[in-house]
Amino acid sequence: MIIAEQKPFEEIKSLVGAAQKVLVVGCGTCVTVCFAGGSREAAILAASLRMASKLNGDPKEVSDVTVQRQCEWEYLDSIAEQVSAVDVVLSLGCGIGVQAIAEHFPKTWVVPGLNTAFLGLPAEQGVWVERCAACGDCILGLTAGVCPIARCSKSLLNGPCGGSQNGHCEVNPDIPCGWQLIYDRLKALGKLEMLYEIRPPKNWRTSRDGGPRKIVRPDLRLSEEE
Amino acid sequence: MAEAMASNGYVSGSNLEKVLRAGHFAVTAELGPPQSADGEVIRKKAGLLRGFCDAVNITDNQTAIVRMSSIGAGAILVREGLEPVIQMTCRDRNRLAIQSDLLGAYALGMRNVLCLTGDHQTFGNHPQAKNVFDIDSVQLIQMVKTLRDERAFQCGDPLKGSEPRFFIGAAESPFADPVEFRPYRLGKKIKAGANFIQTQLVFDIPAFEAFMEKVRSLGLHQQAYILAGVGPLKSPAMAKYMKESVPGILIPDELIQRLEEAGKPWAGKSKDELTKEEKKARSEAWKQTGIEICIELIQHILRIEGVAGVHIMAIEWEEAVAPIVKGAGLYPRPVVEPLPA
Repeated sequence: MIIAEQKPFEEIKSLVGAAQKVLVVGCGTCVTVCFAGGSREAAILAASLRMASKLNGDPKEVSDVTVQRQCEWEYLDSIAEQVSAVDVVLSLGCGIGVQAIAEHFPKTWVVPGLNTAFLGLPAEQGVWVERCAACGDCILGLTAGVCPIARCSKSLLNGPCGGSQNGHCEVNPDIPCGWQLIYDRLKALGKLEMLYEIRPPKNWRTSRDGGPRKIVRPDLRLSEEE
Repeated sequence: MAEAMASNGYVSGSNLEKVLRAGHFAVTAELGPPQSADGEVIRKKAGLLRGFCDAVNITDNQTAIVRMSSIGAGAILVREGLEPVIQMTCRDRNRLAIQSDLLGAYALGMRNVLCLTGDHQTFGNHPQAKNVFDIDSVQLIQMVKTLRDERAFQCGDPLKGSEPRFFIGAAESPFADPVEFRPYRLGKKIKAGANFIQTQLVFDIPAFEAFMEKVRSLGLHQQAYILAGVGPLKSPAMAKYMKESVPGILIPDELIQRLEEAGKPWAGKSKDELTKEEKKARSEAWKQTGIEICIELIQHILRIEGVAGVHIMAIEWEEAVAPIVKGAGLYPRPVVEPLPA
């Protein structure tokens, strides 16, 4: 899922600026699961903004609402009225949610309340880790289900580099060496010989390097008559 | 060794290649460019190394700290009559920039390139930078070989004119993890096209012997020239730091004890209690011991089958190279007449 974390409150206040009527919009999907932008966080942030603006002698009208998914038009339709009644929407969705609101409500000023961090999973209670770089050409079948693009600090395809020591990455002892993980799993599964092959340079066109990406599925498109 | 274009079998005809082909125990040394535009620094360091090595490695923004470019410094070395080994990392350049820079380097007279992944930028003085890592060191080796032997760019397009004929080097860290995979990774680099290898610093001879034994059992020493990395330790603190903080560096405690022993006349006094002269004398004693240790390491390495030379990394201490090379009995350096073409 998409992992995000809330921006510092001071930054959020400055993004809201002088707006009087504020709508905090939470999202019920990924950011709810990672405790960054669900209905609970939206309500808390709205209350904090109300309190802070009151203390500042400039009380704002701050309300909050949470939609099932900010990244789908049909869920955004349900909040159209509330959106049109405010000066600013503070989205607690990921970067996709913020942009969906901007695109769906052209006349609305929308600002982000979260920093979208990465695609990952909760490794332990309160700990989220990156797992996928969305490179668009999955190689997990070559690397024992451990992604070197996302989990090697240098995204090596023929790792590990000389910076792997005691299972850690040279960049930070908190980072497990992605290639040590790949090595260990291939070894345990009796497929170490896969590492002896030289992997050719990656075609990064499917990643961000080909420009903004788009998938069109003709089989799912509605015909014009429909 | 690799595919030969010339009838004498040279892939590049560089001095380093000629020395190795002639069967001499090769010596390369490292030169760190300045954090400035001062070419005089390169000329001075070149003066310290002239005659004491067969080729000079020029680092490429090592530890991710911005320095004069390897190719810029290399051009100065060529003019000074020394042979550079251009270090090229994948951290700062994509495949376009690397190929373009290598064409330029060759046109400027450079004949050896060492293909590296590169230290991560978080170590250096621009940790906010975006890194590249478009390709990795193994793929870089392949790319340089393709330029040379297939006269083609990485994309497959043919070169429109003469090709860069580099003697291709690669690095390997024998003691980084997973240790048992390191000889195989070396094999991948040789399969990719590496003609010579320069290893990470070796201080632990038994560990290096074990590595070389595996390398020999894979026949890798017959497919590329392996130069063992060596370097003088400057002080016990430096040795401890390297042992504890630099991945892939093993330093036996007895070597650290020898350095501490050398500083014993000044022991028992804190840094502030020592006069400037005393500090200098202590530093000299450490350095002398560091050079002695380095010479002994080379003498051990000379006896290990399959090692074709040493690469001396005297980091910001190029003055140490001459006494090390002389002390190890590797001076004067051979002047090799090229094999008939």
